[in-house]
Amino acid sequence: MELALNQPAPLFKRLSWFDWLFAAIVAAGALFALSRFGDYMDIYEKAILLAAIPSLAVFGWFWKPFRPLFIGVGLISLFAISQYQGDLTRMEQAFFLKYLISSQAAIMWMCALFGLATLAYWAGLLTRSEFTMKTGSTLSWAAITLGFVGLMVRWYESYLIGVDVGHIPVSNLYEVFVLFCLITAMMYLYYEARYQTRQLGALVLLVISAAVGFILWYTFDRQAHEIQPLVPALKSWWMKLHVPANFIGYGSFSLSAMLGVGYLLSSRGILSSRLPSLEVIDDMMYKAIAIGFAFFTIATILGAMWAAEAWGGYWSWDPKETWALIVWLNYAAWLHIRLVKGLRGPMLAWWAVIGLFVTTFAFLGVNMFLSGLHSYGEL
Amino acid sequence: MNTVPHSFGKSLFELMSSMRFAISLLSILAVASIIGTVLKQAEPYGNYLIQLGPFWFEVFEKLGLYDVYHAAWFLLILTFLVASTSVCIFRNAPNFVREMKSFREHVSEQSLNAFKHKHEAVTQLAPTALAASAQRYLEGQGYKVKNLTREEGVLLAAKAGSWNRLGYLLAHSAIVLICVGGLLDGNMVFKVQQLLGYKKIETRDIPQSQVPAISRLGPSNPSFRGSVQIPEGSSADVVFLNVADGYLVQDLPFTVGLKQFRIEHYTTGQPKSFESDIELFDKSGQKIKEATIAVNHPLVYDGVAIYQASFADGGTRMSLRGWNLFAPTASSFPVEGVVQQSTALSSGAGEYTLEFTDFRPFNIENMGGDIAPAGDAMGVLGSSPVSDNKHLRNVGPSVQFKLRDARGQAREFSNYMLPLELNGRWYMMTGVRESPNEAFRYMRMPLDAEGNIESFMRLRGALLNAELRPQIAARFARQALPQNAWGTEIEDKLKFSATQMLALFAEGGFQSLGRFIEEKVPAAERDKAAGTYLRIIELAAFEALQIANSQAGLPPPPADEATGWLVRDSLNSISDMFVYGAPIYLQLMQYDEVKASGLQLTRSPGQNVVYFGSLLLTLGVFFMLYVRERRVWLRVKPGSALLAMSSAKHSIDFEKEFAQHAQALDTLVK
Ligand code: HEM
Repeated sequence: MELALNQPAPLFKRLSWFDWLFAAIVAAGALFALSRFGDYMDIYEKAILLAAIPSLAVFGWFWKPFRPLFIGVGLISLFAISQYQGDLTRMEQAFFLKYLISSQAAIMWMCALFGLATLAYWAGLLTRSEFTMKTGSTLSWAAITLGFVGLMVRWYESYLIGVDVGHIPVSNLYEVFVLFCLITAMMYLYYEARYQTRQLGALVLLVISAAVGFILWYTFDRQAHEIQPLVPALKSWWMKLHVPANFIGYGSFSLSAMLGVGYLLSSRGILSSRLPSLEVIDDMMYKAIAIGFAFFTIATILGAMWAAEAWGGYWSWDPKETWALIVWLNYAAWLHIRLVKGLRGPMLAWWAVIGLFVTTFAFLGVNMFLSGLHSYGEL
Repeated sequence: MNTVPHSFGKSLFELMSSMRFAISLLSILAVASIIGTVLKQAEPYGNYLIQLGPFWFEVFEKLGLYDVYHAAWFLLILTFLVASTSVCIFRNAPNFVREMKSFREHVSEQSLNAFKHKHEAVTQLAPTALAASAQRYLEGQGYKVKNLTREEGVLLAAKAGSWNRLGYLLAHSAIVLICVGGLLDGNMVFKVQQLLGYKKIETRDIPQSQVPAISRLGPSNPSFRGSVQIPEGSSADVVFLNVADGYLVQDLPFTVGLKQFRIEHYTTGQPKSFESDIELFDKSGQKIKEATIAVNHPLVYDGVAIYQASFADGGTRMSLRGWNLFAPTASSFPVEGVVQQSTALSSGAGEYTLEFTDFRPFNIENMGGDIAPAGDAMGVLGSSPVSDNKHLRNVGPSVQFKLRDARGQAREFSNYMLPLELNGRWYMMTGVRESPNEAFRYMRMPLDAEGNIESFMRLRGALLNAELRPQIAARFARQALPQNAWGTEIEDKLKFSATQMLALFAEGGFQSLGRFIEEKVPAAERDKAAGTYLRIIELAAFEALQIANSQAGLPPPPADEATGWLVRDSLNSISDMFVYGAPIYLQLMQYDEVKASGLQLTRSPGQNVVYFGSLLLTLGVFFMLYVRERRVWLRVKPGSALLAMSSAKHSIDFEKEFAQHAQALDTLVK
């Protein structure tokens, strides 16, 4: 085997024309946005936009399926925006907007597709049908695409409501729940491809379906999908960094918990002939927690820096902050046990599952039951 | 085994640097942190007392649960964490540094043979030639390789991912650094001073200038976080630090003046920005800086950061009209007031203290009905995220005040300046509540065709005026009866009933009428009687309004539907007056708003330490989690090559890599 002997080619030599095209598209899009809307941005927002070019390009090179996703979302979003013709009422009139790609329609489609994906994964798992599970993956990709389109279009719609109302859609519980579904699904699909195993989709999609259920309840019962202007405390470029980083953390912790469930089921002989080997599940679980821990660390630090600018202190022991610390300590302990003590097995799987409850409380429970400075996320 | 007894110090060292201890500390810290999120922190102590009762209040206070994160025992846990992490670093660092540098070239062939991950290959190649190509291969894979001559051949010792260890050092030192930075910004210095009796918390509500030196902190205090409210046009050179059930006064190194405070609103009425134009002056009164601060945009000057934290009324001046609700006339008297000040009020209704608590220039109220439920499923798909804020409306300014009677009892009132439209008619609204945790109950007073409250007041005065009652009753009887009944006994009876009804009504509104019916009328006839009495009162009230108007030299009210509603609404309002809880109504006429900005000022020398620690932590975590430490050895002898591989942490990736190296060796030996 000749290949094994070659040292890995330098990154730039491994890139295909499509990689370069992708980078060019990302750069062109960002630079266009900068030239067109730069007047509305402050220096930090411009810096974030510019830093997004290499970040997204490299991310696309690292994870190839991100490239078609990015381009697809971009094209559909641009099409949706063109359908608006600068007029919000077109949302109810234009066919595509009304039924497919206005923000609300797209997000509802995302919900439906995630539901279908869950069913497909389960059907595939139970009938051992690789094809059906593959359908689950495809449906998940479609859901992710529409979810991102929904968020992009929502971003645009918020500016149509009023230039001063417009803001990035990561500002309330409804929007971040959509983000949560997308991030969790993307992380799962990454590991699915990397470990060549689709059987775990059935479990992971359950937690996404639960989030979808929440989105639906929140939409129908509370009209939470309405775009509201930002309260002054949220008007900061920090939001663009802090919130997504946090949700990478929450998403991967949820992912690890569902893998933990898989581990526990399989180690008890339930579905064990259908699920991947315990070793593989265990490894995925560790990887998910590792990436979650890293991003949660960053998110908490960014949150502290934002707090220093908004509230006058980087740490106020506000309930949300404190719960973030609790989540962080929890996974720090998890990592120590696994990496330092070398422990494996059901106990860590249980711990990852319990971690989901801790995380969910930090994410939702605090907003529901405790009050504090973070109260704009209130239910 | 080791039978030499450990000294205490050694055991402590062992314990502190043990993983078990670290994990326990992490868990204990997590659990302890929960307490402070469940029990609301730093509330006024009175609230806790009500919530917990005297016994538990005391217990909780002793445990420091009202400020958990600064309680001694909590700080002790943190100290242990810092100590444990430091000891752990101290213990591991030398080893780790040595390991990072070392190639472990002294490994013996025997021990290589004992490795779990080893692979042997037969070769015809000369040891040096094979070693050279293997070295090239390993270097290509990112390994650092040491080529050592050994008896009968070569030993390659290779390592990769040493930064994993560096990551450990970075991340764990960062934790120490962050905790130390946090402590620098905490109130440790004050706590020590308090313990030694140098400083004391002030709990009295006295003017700032009278706070004694023992409760003041000097401008050189290295770290503080306090707040102050400055009215427009005023300035402050201190901030207040809330501590336990009292406060401390922190003298500032400069004076902050507030020129203007602004709130901007979105078209929907929600606040969009809070901004203060501030000026800084040095101690001699020289202006040193001028700036506008806003939420998320603080000003940092001389190590002190100034934040927009809140806002309040800064002493708005108001002109009001006081109406004596139970006076038999419709006259009013002027009242002047300033928010946050109180005045004595002596009117016909007795002696009161009027304490103006707040003024709000806007009130956004939800005036709408229910949100229409979404229709069919497809309708929802296309349903708009654009909220219709039709039901939100700015209903204008309002004033809040407390009216305290001679016994010290107070009720709180909230009066709108502008009328509100309800069911197509316009009213003045005044809200009342007994205590701050209740919602306001509203009394509404109808406006006349000119949009004034005077007609209601005239009618009210006339109905409460006993002297007018015969006249009202007479006019009413004449209007109610046909001409041939005038002067008969029927008319006298009707007049008598009307007078009686009016007197009852003046005593306590519809409530007294109801009581009268219950006492005097048999159950079977009550409904009918109530209907009759209501009709009498309404018609009599219409006559009363005629009389009141003519006495005031005004034209008679038109006999139309609007007047009918005015009379009916007035009767309801008069009935409500008896349970309103104050003998006067204060109508806000004019105001000159003065706002106050709530600023928070902090000095936190630890902030940069914490930020630097955070940077190290981030780097450290990435190195620890994403740099895999591995070692490879290749012992080449004539005829054979032995590959061995090890890592502190085994994972699937490690297995894969080992398989790849083994395969590579098989290729290289050919
Ligand atoms: C808040 C406190 C702490 C945090 C967040 C933390 C975090 C971490 C993390 C994330 C790892 C990664 C595991 C790895 O990849 O090796 C680690 C490793 C480790 N931690 Fe901690 N740690 C903390 C406190 C401590 C304490 C108090 C000790 C002392 C007993 C300690 C000892 C170690 C050791 C020995 C390792 C293994 C290093 C290695 O072999 O690479 N940690 N820590």
